Formats: sequence, structure tokens, C-alpha cells
Amino acid sequence: MNYNWNWKIFFETSADGRHTWLTTLFIGLGWTLTTALCAGIIAFLLGSALGVMRTTPHKWAVKLGNAYVEFFRNIPLLVQLFLWYFVLPELLPNAIGGWIKSMTPPWASFVPAVIGLGLFTAARVSEQVRAGIQALSRGQGQAGTALGLTLSQRYRFVLLPMAYRIILPPLTSETMNLIKNTSVALTIGLFELTAAARSMQEFTFQVFEAFTAATVIYILVNLITVNLMRWIERSVAVPGFIGPPDVGGGGH
Amino acid sequence: MPMIEIKDVSKWYGSFQVLTNCTTNVEKGEVIVVCGPSGSGKSTLIKVVNALEPFQEGNIVVDGIKVNDPKTNLPKLRARVGMVFQHFELFPHLTITQNLTLGQIKVLGRTPEEAKTRGLKYLNRVGLIEQKDKFPGQLSGGQQQRVAIARALSMDPICMLFDEPTSALDPEMINEVLDVMVGLAKEGMTMMVVTHEMGFANKVANRVIFMDRGQIVEDATKADFFGKPRSERAQQFLAKILHH
Repeated sequence: MNYNWNWKIFFETSADGRHTWLTTLFIGLGWTLTTALCAGIIAFLLGSALGVMRTTPHKWAVKLGNAYVEFFRNIPLLVQLFLWYFVLPELLPNAIGGWIKSMTPPWASFVPAVIGLGLFTAARVSEQVRAGIQALSRGQGQAGTALGLTLSQRYRFVLLPMAYRIILPPLTSETMNLIKNTSVALTIGLFELTAAARSMQEFTFQVFEAFTAATVIYILVNLITVNLMRWIERSVAVPGFIGPPDVGGGGH
Repeated sequence: MPMIEIKDVSKWYGSFQVLTNCTTNVEKGEVIVVCGPSGSGKSTLIKVVNALEPFQEGNIVVDGIKVNDPKTNLPKLRARVGMVFQHFELFPHLTITQNLTLGQIKVLGRTPEEAKTRGLKYLNRVGLIEQKDKFPGQLSGGQQQRVAIARALSMDPICMLFDEPTSALDPEMINEVLDVMVGLAKEGMTMMVVTHEMGFANKVANRVIFMDRGQIVEDATKADFFGKPRSERAQQFLAKILHH
């Protein structure tokens, strides 16, 4: 293989003429993290609401939640982002559609990316939340009911605190998926980490350096995420129930 | 007026009938033991009293309030009916003290201090005051069930329902729970207890209800039930559970 390795390329001026390639990659990382964070907030809140809906005794709420999940889970993420980016502005009234299309560059891609990733991930979070609630014994809800707690109090004080603890490990994977999935947003023009690496490769032909950097950065970010989530798991572990053995007491 | 009035109650799960025309009354201060083979509907019978389980026919009136009236404020009614479950059902993420105060604060609107004082009073009564800052998972089954009783008592219930409170316990822990229940019965608490502990029934029950296949087969005073059960089914049942 004839390849000119050039690790110094990171300190050369990038395509924007203002930053080095290294800074450009980190600007991309900034967009990756911002997109993941915003989409994550949407996914967590909406996913929780949908997950709860699907465990209530209200049939219409269950059906609505199920329909949402099937819709957003069964369409590829890439197609969903295209729908938000290309199709939605055309379907909206001209005034709003035109305003969306005329948004300045990062926002025109960022907003549909956040919405698309957020709604897609919400479907998956809702599955976790539903499973977490259903993993609790029926008696937990009944004990809350028998005390006189209302349905919403039961969720808030009895079911959800335990359900979230149970689903922390799968939520960790979901968070990592979300961070990685932001790379799909490069297809609608978001200049996130993968897009930055691609730009570097296209302008400098240093394909190995560019994607080595992106790979290392993704790995580091996800290692930090895993450890952050483990720390959360440890700090909310219930003595004698679930969690690392060092905090356990008696229990079952 | 009886404390609990159950009249012609029938309940179905789909096409399967779990309760058939059940009728009985529980007077204030009475202790009723409900027994019968598994699947006889005894747990269901006490779970319809505070509407944990819905029923399709008949009427239940608790302290003058009709349970199956859509206008009834069920959370308010349930708050006045204490319930103890087979598997304790303490809230694992809350400390023992928090378990005792949650309902008092959120349902009865007591201040946290007030709730804590009252909760700890009952925790002390069941002999577990030193466990107040532990979590349920750190307690033995018998201890958890005593906390569950204290949790129910903290709400100042007008009556108590027990759904097989000792069935999930190791044999050596059964008595510590039964002792608490006997104490309650002697103080005049109105109680409906689903149990196979015939010693408990013998000691404190006023009446024994025997159920089979969703029906109340026998509703007799303790003396009559143990002395001369009328139905053949109850005789067989007693013979089986007393002969070991």
C-alpha cells in the first residue's frame, strides 16, 4: 500500500480557512453531543410518557402508545431524517415551510436531526420504560392503590422509581446508540463528527488519519458515557435490592 | 350497621366465574378468618372489599360507603382500609420510615414530621424501631411483613384486610407476624384475614368463612366451624390441614 502518513495534518488549516483540522473535528464533536443531548431529552421525556401510557388501564392510551412505537420503530432512521428534512417543509403551509427552509445552515439541519432522532429514540425508550414497569410485581401497584394513592401518584412514587433503576443498563445502551446515530444526520447536512472527518478526508486525502481520529473520539465519548451511567447506577442502587454487590445487605 | 357488608357479589375473569353470590357481613371489631383451598376465591373476596379487584354483580358497602358506586372516591375509601399482602409489597427504593410515611403524606396530607412520629410509633409497636433507616431488602421476610402491618396501621384504618400474610414466610418467622395480628385483634381491630393458620383462627377469630370454587360454603362461628362443620367439603379441608 502506498500511503503518505501525515499525522501533522491535524494542525493544518482546515477547509473553513479558520481552524485546524483538529479543532474542526472537535467542532463536529460539539454538534454530535449537542444533537444527542437535545434528542436525548426529547426521547427520555416522550419515551417515559409513552411507556407509562402503555401500562395504564386506559385502553386508548395503550393503543396510542403502541401505534407510536410501531410507526417510529419500523421506519429506518435515515428515512425518518429525510422525512423531517425534505418532506415535512413541503407538507406544511407555505409560510411555515418556507421559514423552515430558509433557516441558516446549522439550524436547518440541526432542528430536523434533533426532532428525528428524538422521536425515533423515544419509541425505543418507551419500550424500555414499559418493560421496566411490567417487570415490577403486580402487588407493588396494588400496595400503592390500597394505600389510597391515585394512579399518577402510584407511577410517580412507587412504580417509576423502581422501573428506572431496573432499566438503567438498557438505557445506557440506548444513550450510546443515540450518540452513534447522530452520525446519520450528516446526510441532511449536519456538520457533526463524522461529517467533519469526511470533510477532512475529502480535502486532504488523509483518510486513515481522519477516520482514526473519529473512531478514537467516538470510543472515548462512549467510554465516558458508560462510566457516567455506571456511576448513576451505583448512586441510585437500592441497598438489599439490585445493584453492585458491595452495597447489598440481606435481601432475597 | 356492619363495617363491611358484602351482598350477592359475583365476579368473572372473562367467562370464568371466580366469585358466585358471596354474601357476608363483618361487624365492627369482628375478626373473620377466610379459608379454603387454593383457587377458591378467598383472596379475591377480600380484594373486592377495597375495590383492588372490580366485580360485576352485587354490592359492597364499607362503613356506609358503597364501593361499587362510580361516584365513590375510591382512593379516599382505600386509605381508610388497611391492607397487608402475601409478599409484603413494601416499596424497595424507600427506607422503612419513608415506607411508613408515604401514604400519610401523599394521601392523608399529614406533614412529614407528623407522619414520621405516627409511623415510628407503629414501627415501635411491631418491635422494629431500630430498623427505621434500613431498606426493605435488608430485612427478613417476617420483619418486612411487620413493617407492612405498621404501614397500614399508620393510616389509622377503620378495618384491616390480610391476604395470606404468612404464606410467603419461612416457618420460624410466621409467629412474629401472627403475634402482631393477635395483638391487633385483641385491641378490637376489625379484620378480614385470609389464612391457613388455624391456630390463629382458633385464638382470635369470631367467625370463619370457608370458600370453595368461588362460593361461601360455610360462614360459621369459630366454635361451630371447628366443632361441627356442616359441609362435607369443609370437613375434608379441615381434616387435611389439621392432620399434620
